[in-house]
Amino acid sequence: MMTLSKKDVEKIAQLARLALSSSEISEYQRQLSAILEYAEMLDELEHAGLDARPGQQKRNNVMREDVVEPGLALEDVLFNAAQHAQDQFLIQPVLED
Amino acid sequence: MYPDVIEAMMDPTNLTLTRVRDQLRSGAISSVDLTEKMLDRVVAVDNTIKGYLTVTDELALEQAADADRRLADGEETPLLGIPIAIKDMICTRGIPTTAGSKILEGYIPPYNAYVVDQLEEAGAILLGKTNTDEFAMGSSTENSAYVTTRNPWNLECVPGGSSGGSAAVVAARTAFGAIGTDTGGSVRQPASFCGLVGLRPTYGRVSRWGVIAFASSLDQVGTFGRTVKDCTAMFQVVAGHDRRDSTSINRPVPDYQSALTGDVGGLRIGVPQEYFVEGIEPAVESAVREAIAALEKLGAEIVEISLPHTRYALPVYYLIAPAEASANLARYDGIRYGPRIEGADMIDSVKQTRSLFGPEVKRRIMLGTYALSAGYYDAYYGRALKVRSLIAQDFVAAFEQIDVIACPTSPTTAFKVGERIDDPLNMYLADIFTLSVNLSASCGLSLPCGFDSHGLPIGLQLIGDALQEETILNAAYAYEQATEWHQQVPSIETYSGAASS
Repeated sequence: MMTLSKKDVEKIAQLARLALSSSEISEYQRQLSAILEYAEMLDELEHAGLDARPGQQKRNNVMREDVVEPGLALEDVLFNAAQHAQDQFLIQPVLED
Repeated sequence: MYPDVIEAMMDPTNLTLTRVRDQLRSGAISSVDLTEKMLDRVVAVDNTIKGYLTVTDELALEQAADADRRLADGEETPLLGIPIAIKDMICTRGIPTTAGSKILEGYIPPYNAYVVDQLEEAGAILLGKTNTDEFAMGSSTENSAYVTTRNPWNLECVPGGSSGGSAAVVAARTAFGAIGTDTGGSVRQPASFCGLVGLRPTYGRVSRWGVIAFASSLDQVGTFGRTVKDCTAMFQVVAGHDRRDSTSINRPVPDYQSALTGDVGGLRIGVPQEYFVEGIEPAVESAVREAIAALEKLGAEIVEISLPHTRYALPVYYLIAPAEASANLARYDGIRYGPRIEGADMIDSVKQTRSLFGPEVKRRIMLGTYALSAGYYDAYYGRALKVRSLIAQDFVAAFEQIDVIACPTSPTTAFKVGERIDDPLNMYLADIFTLSVNLSASCGLSLPCGFDSHGLPIGLQLIGDALQEETILNAAYAYEQATEWHQQVPSIETYSGAASS
């Protein structure tokens, strides 16, 4: 019995915005199940009362004055876009009319 | 003729970074000469080694000409005129940066990473961008979407990864030093496989600004050199505070180079019993134990210690790193950068575009998405974070009684290309001794401590407490001065007869 069902894998792929082939789905079902089973060794430990923020994450927010600073030039920002028009990134319609 | 002029004329590509720096300053060689010789060597051997994804020859020669003018004026900036290489995970303005992925094919960053600015300011010459496992996810460069880099010591073997390109070009004498990134061992493990010194500094010691994100709580920039001094010279330039990375540490940068005294008298070195377990190659174990004995001979005190949660590092890492990666890699949707594959609608286009990710990256995105998804967050990601704090606590406790931890860098020497690619869990084991440094707040390095019976290098890992880079670099320097491993060079004959496959 594998930890993940085919349906689980399809759902994860949907959440991750990945289009997987049926062979990828069964491959990932097998591999991810194996990795998750391996990770079950963490169950050996008592977790109650443990801090989920190890040393390096115990940091305070870093603030700065809310002052506008120079950023990248618009043409530089758009340069790498697959499509752009009128100084904006161009995508397919999201809302139907 | 003066001896240093003769040395430089013979073959400057074999000199160490620090030696070539002296040569440049004394005028024994010019940066243009040196850069041309390095570029010739890249042409001669990199078709075989495949360490570079992009060679920036024109830029390098321009920078070298400028460096020569500045050298003539007596300028002594730290890396002035010295050719180096940068991992392709790091943004370079105007120079393609791919992260080893098809999803960033053709991407030309509009800005420099912090480390790139620091290197430029230090006068370094950029020879090119080096190969990496896709988004630094891997231990061999076999996950690169472009090419598999070969180990200069044996072309059938991997150079390690993910910074395998950076390690290979330094070992192959096609760069004097290189920059890598280390999220789970990606500087130390390839340094071990390629017979180099590789440092992973404390998290926050080097700014991550402009470093393509993989797992943000684990990522850190590291440096490669052929010697401890070379690695330190590179590190000295990139260490420092940068307010554009809010996790960057705002503390003064010590003079690491003057910390290299070679004196380890009274240094307490801990040997963790959990790092000498089954699965470790006998040659690796004996070389590392001999190295520890050598350090004892030099005056260090050896203490047996325990890091009891070591065995949980691998499962913790493989929940946390993919979880953070799945969030970081959500930005690759074909809208702002990278190619776009047009689908039936907006969402379909994003999905089709993301098919440009390779199998290991997709595997980790899937794993991370699951670990973060509603109903499973506490069971996987939350639990992994808690156990991470136990692992970090092991190190805090250890560093109360010792100064440095000594252990193997990787359980094996370099493995063969293809040997582990179909077995992700087995591939992950290559990093089993390096992961804990990233999960805790410590720093670590790898340096050569011997060769196995196949002539492949073995790495000794030295781990220090947070911001104790001086301590581990000096311990490494002491060991290096007492041994000759770092003087070994992969044989040039290996290249000439080698078919580039």
